[in-house]
Amino acid sequence: MKTSSAALSNFAKWQRWRAGRPWLGSCIAAVLAWAATVFTGQGHGSGELLTVALTFSAFTVLVSLGQMLVISVGPGNADLSIPSSIALSGAVAMLVMDGNNAMILPGILAAVLVGTMVGVFNFSLIRVLSIPPIIATLAGSLIVMSVAISIGRGLKIKPPPVFSDLMAMRLLGIPLLAVLALAVSVGIAIMLERTALGRSIEAVGQNDRAAGLAGLKVEATRFWAYVICAALAGLTGALISGFSGGNSLDQGQEYILLTIAVVVIGGTVVSGGAPSVPGIWSASMFMFLLVAMLNAAGAGPGLRMLLTGLIIIAVIVAASSPGKR
Amino acid sequence: MSPIHAKRGVQILHDILPALALAMLLAAVFWRQPRAMSYFGINLLLNLAIPLMFATMAQMMILAVSDLDLSIGPFVSLTASIGATLLPSRPELAVLAFALAVAAYALAGALIESRQLPSIVVTLGLSFVWLGCAVLLLPTPGGLAPEWLSSAMAYRTPWLPMPIWMALLAAVLGHFLVTRSAFGTLVRGLGGNPTAVARVGWSLIRVRAGVYALAGVFGVLSGLMLVGQTTSADPNIASRYTLVSIAAVILGGGKFVGGYVSPVGAVIGALTMTLAASFLTFLNIAPDWQVGMQGLILIMVLGLRAAIDRLERIA
Repeated sequence: MKTSSAALSNFAKWQRWRAGRPWLGSCIAAVLAWAATVFTGQGHGSGELLTVALTFSAFTVLVSLGQMLVISVGPGNADLSIPSSIALSGAVAMLVMDGNNAMILPGILAAVLVGTMVGVFNFSLIRVLSIPPIIATLAGSLIVMSVAISIGRGLKIKPPPVFSDLMAMRLLGIPLLAVLALAVSVGIAIMLERTALGRSIEAVGQNDRAAGLAGLKVEATRFWAYVICAALAGLTGALISGFSGGNSLDQGQEYILLTIAVVVIGGTVVSGGAPSVPGIWSASMFMFLLVAMLNAAGAGPGLRMLLTGLIIIAVIVAASSPGKR
Repeated sequence: MSPIHAKRGVQILHDILPALALAMLLAAVFWRQPRAMSYFGINLLLNLAIPLMFATMAQMMILAVSDLDLSIGPFVSLTASIGATLLPSRPELAVLAFALAVAAYALAGALIESRQLPSIVVTLGLSFVWLGCAVLLLPTPGGLAPEWLSSAMAYRTPWLPMPIWMALLAAVLGHFLVTRSAFGTLVRGLGGNPTAVARVGWSLIRVRAGVYALAGVFGVLSGLMLVGQTTSADPNIASRYTLVSIAAVILGGGKFVGGYVSPVGAVIGALTMTLAASFLTFLNIAPDWQVGMQGLILIMVLGLRAAIDRLERIA
């Protein structure tokens, strides 16, 4: 009797501990995927696998952090223009840099500026024309994509050599890209926890009416979420171009679904108001390691996608508690 | 004009806006290319809208219960791939595959309701599942649709070109299914106020599963029509349908939450989205801007609707 009540209170404690850590599920899943991959590879290259995972996850993390902010400002908010922003900013970055080492910083700034402009455009569609955010960012992205096609097609400019080297550089074995993504993540986490904007994002996402009545600037908060998201997509566009030796128009294609998957698997609440920065990292790593694991197990592309889909659903079912959306 | 009349006028304007946008696009095309105003011309112009209309109906079912389906594009691709591989050689296996796919859709709906999952994530997962199955079936683009299907899609319908007949069929079918039937009322009720539907004693799980199954049936129809038109398939053949179908439903007057959808509007929306993409070819403008044009038309129509709504509130 005594032991069972002790077990019960332990279980309640565990439940409470788990509730405060929405990223736990994806974190465990990522570790399992890593372990399984290493196991199938008979223990070879476990460190190397982590390094590669960190590099590719860095891109995913950067764009997903923005998507997380947008999703967190309330139900129905999502940014579908990320692939277009990445395509356009990648092209602009390569044009500005023009293979010249001295122009790296201006190129990156130009890419971020392009992203920022897309964000402002998106938000003005949502606000001025009162179009639902999903459709506004979709329509905006079609126009941005057209611009990207018309200036970026057939563009064959190599990134400046120093820029390419920086993208492949490692600090004490950790990719510089991952360090950068970590710095941005910490910045966003501090912003969410400590600044008025961050607290507003959570408050507006939980209940925009209450937030408005409490004197918070609801629309200004949403504006910043969309702008930060698009600016991060702009930055990522430049980085991807530098990493892969030039821009391409479909370099951001996968991020539309990937960012939403990462945000939600990472434990951020879809209806808004509860972002989870650590979850972005664990879910990004999980999504990459999952593919690596299936690859190592010898699954072909079809089987790999099939299992990826099933595992995404399984993770979301496992992370859910009945009766709560 | 009395305020009540003004209000009714604004309401009517709101309702016919999608049709008005389509009519203006058509007028612009006919003005540039008078020869397009023929049986053959219209057929050519709107042929691509036929599968999209049915995919839009599928999306509309999901939107009616305030969910979002991010998997309809890959699902249509999968059914098209089944149509180009299994259907000609092993028809009984193909029918079984279609039934399984619809059952999987229903299961997803039941899962979303019973575990209260966000539909976006579950359908996102499903989209990978469909794509994976399509790639397994058809690793490289190809296959061949059965003869009866391709000739059915090439059939010269009497009086009106096939896209018009199909639009009428889809609109009437959707209208009776969603706006007029008891089931439709239940569906929109689930989208607007699930608690009320549950209190009356309906099983929400069953209703949502039914809605998803219906969406699956529309998806299968869309895939079959698509492969009948193209005669071969590839695993990504319809991937753009996901977002275009959402846009078409919203363009036609649907809303993301609350169970507000209009089947007639959705069909018109699908026609408009198709025409918006091919519109520029008729104006001799660089194809680079074709996607952008779709976005622009979407923004213009929805912006106009927002303006009309504002008028409505003032009136």
